[in-house]
Amino acid sequence: MIVAKDLARHFDVSKPWLQRTLAREPRRILRAVDGVTFDIPKGTTLSLVGESGCGKSTVARLVVGLYRPTSGEVLFEGRDLSAARASPEQRRRMQMIFQDPYASLNPRWRVHDIVAEPIRAFGLVPDPAQQRERVAELLRQVGLSPLDGGKYPHEFSGGQRQRISIARALSSNPEFLVCDEPTSALDVSVQAQILNLMKQLQRDLGLTFLFISHNLAVVRQVSDRIGVMYLGRIVELAESESLFTRPRHPYTRALMEAIPDLEMTGRSRTPVGGEVPSPISPPSGCPFHPRCPLANDRCRAEMPALLDGVACHAVQEGRD
Amino acid sequence: MLLEVKDLRVEFPTRRGVLTALNGISFGIAPGEVLGVVGESGAGKSMTGAAIIGLLEPPGRIAGGEILLEGRRIDNLPLAEMRKIRGKRIGAIFQDPLTTLNPLYTIGRQLVETMQAHLPLSDAEAKQRAIGWLEQVGIPAAAQRIDAYPHQFSGGMRQRVVIALALCAEPQLIVADEPTTALDVSIQAQIIALLKRLAREQRTAIMLVTHDMGVIAETADRVAVMYAGRIIEIGPVRQVVKHAQHPYTAGLMASIPPLDRKVDRLAQIDGSMPRLNAIPPGCPFSPRCPHVFERCRVSRPELMPAGETLAACWLHDKPGAPA
Repeated sequence: MIVAKDLARHFDVSKPWLQRTLAREPRRILRAVDGVTFDIPKGTTLSLVGESGCGKSTVARLVVGLYRPTSGEVLFEGRDLSAARASPEQRRRMQMIFQDPYASLNPRWRVHDIVAEPIRAFGLVPDPAQQRERVAELLRQVGLSPLDGGKYPHEFSGGQRQRISIARALSSNPEFLVCDEPTSALDVSVQAQILNLMKQLQRDLGLTFLFISHNLAVVRQVSDRIGVMYLGRIVELAESESLFTRPRHPYTRALMEAIPDLEMTGRSRTPVGGEVPSPISPPSGCPFHPRCPLANDRCRAEMPALLDGVACHAVQEGRD
Repeated sequence: MLLEVKDLRVEFPTRRGVLTALNGISFGIAPGEVLGVVGESGAGKSMTGAAIIGLLEPPGRIAGGEILLEGRRIDNLPLAEMRKIRGKRIGAIFQDPLTTLNPLYTIGRQLVETMQAHLPLSDAEAKQRAIGWLEQVGIPAAAQRIDAYPHQFSGGMRQRVVIALALCAEPQLIVADEPTTALDVSIQAQIIALLKRLAREQRTAIMLVTHDMGVIAETADRVAVMYAGRIIEIGPVRQVVKHAQHPYTAGLMASIPPLDRKVDRLAQIDGSMPRLNAIPPGCPFSPRCPHVFERCRVSRPELMPAGETLAACWLHDKPGAPA
């Protein structure tokens, strides 16, 4: 349904021209996303995980058209995204759910108007009485009461607000939803409610999801396939179960190793040393090589390509 | 016990009446012990930490109970007295390292200033010690980086500087409020290892406030679970995580997505925590509790022995009752 081909987005973070010229500094380009390729079949969920600054949210914004790609392309059912987004009928079919339910709802609007806005914007249900009926149905669908439509966002808790965001996203009958960290601002018991709701909706409505998260445990619960991102690239892309049972890329393994363990097996862990380098001046060769236990000279010089679901010289050469 | 909190009560007077934010909080921490405090947002876990270090946001005030450090009351001390204790005997680590550090001073100056406020040290001695502390918390090339400003460090490194700052006057107790929440998992693991090492080697007592059960399970010796301004269960970490006695703790544990398997549907606790102005009579968890019965709605349970923990739940008042 969605195909991203060699997608890249660079941001120019240079100082202003005069300052740059006086200080004889070169332009500084931040490569937020640098050559990302994936596809999402209809009715499935692809998740992108990674630490902050790895470019996962930028991919989400590229895929719904909030940013234009610097190079590469996004295809929505075989058509280029910018062409597809030119028609309202196509725009209606993709929606986004954001991380912060406090910032993504207009505080001056009643819930009814928030949820009805996409319906009005796309002219889906012209009759006001039917429109009210549709909003009530959406609110019921996400586990709220139709009476909540008359309230303002501040009267709701974080989890309820995220339900409102989901009702708004569903109101234009989309087929493809991009969820950027939809539960990371929520408490764990509320997170469980929202994740269950999203899985339920996917079953009932046959939705396709691109799910962005930093939490591997959450990702395991919702995904069919998972892409692990590091410094603007996908370093491993695999079926959800095989990623967790047999992680291959050293970074994926390190991430799994680092997660605090509720089982309290008492195993001693070796945390990954170092930090994510700056995407303005990424390391040469494989971006993970300064932190990688398997790095050799080839890793320092040559960028590995994503072959057979993993971008790592060591794995491809059988050195792991 | 190094720190003892007895029946602590914190109130917020508002225009619409007095809100009780914390009620009947009692616990203790021994030297070298890590006490985890967990709960969802608004449960009062950060406020408990703030009350102990004497930094309650006004108009919040301690309305009852006692806080004792080595047997001496510290909750009613004059401001100047409390300032001497804070930093010297109780260190604090907050969630956001950027707001804790002064952006205008080098980290070296901030460390030296903190140490000299509490310990009789010359400038050279203080600087030497500052470098030592930065090395302790794992900052590479500490001797050079001591003259760097906070913005020149990454998030994980800044949090290490904050920890060094909390440690440099060698406090007996550290109150760490969500010290790893703003950090990525790989950095989080490094910080947790550091805190554990401190408790073990320096016998520092640590009160670790967080909403992340994984962090607690890895770090804490004992856990207190808070709900609506009360401790509803407290006990050894393994017992609380594996054999929770309070239905809320059990629900909280079950709702954590497991990493080692995919489940079709996560257990969820329906509803949400009551607001402070609408805490139900009886047990505050009763409207959401799957095991609720008549007594829960009318009378409030205190902590009582339950399995190997203490739980505030009437289910444990009947001898031989199932959890």
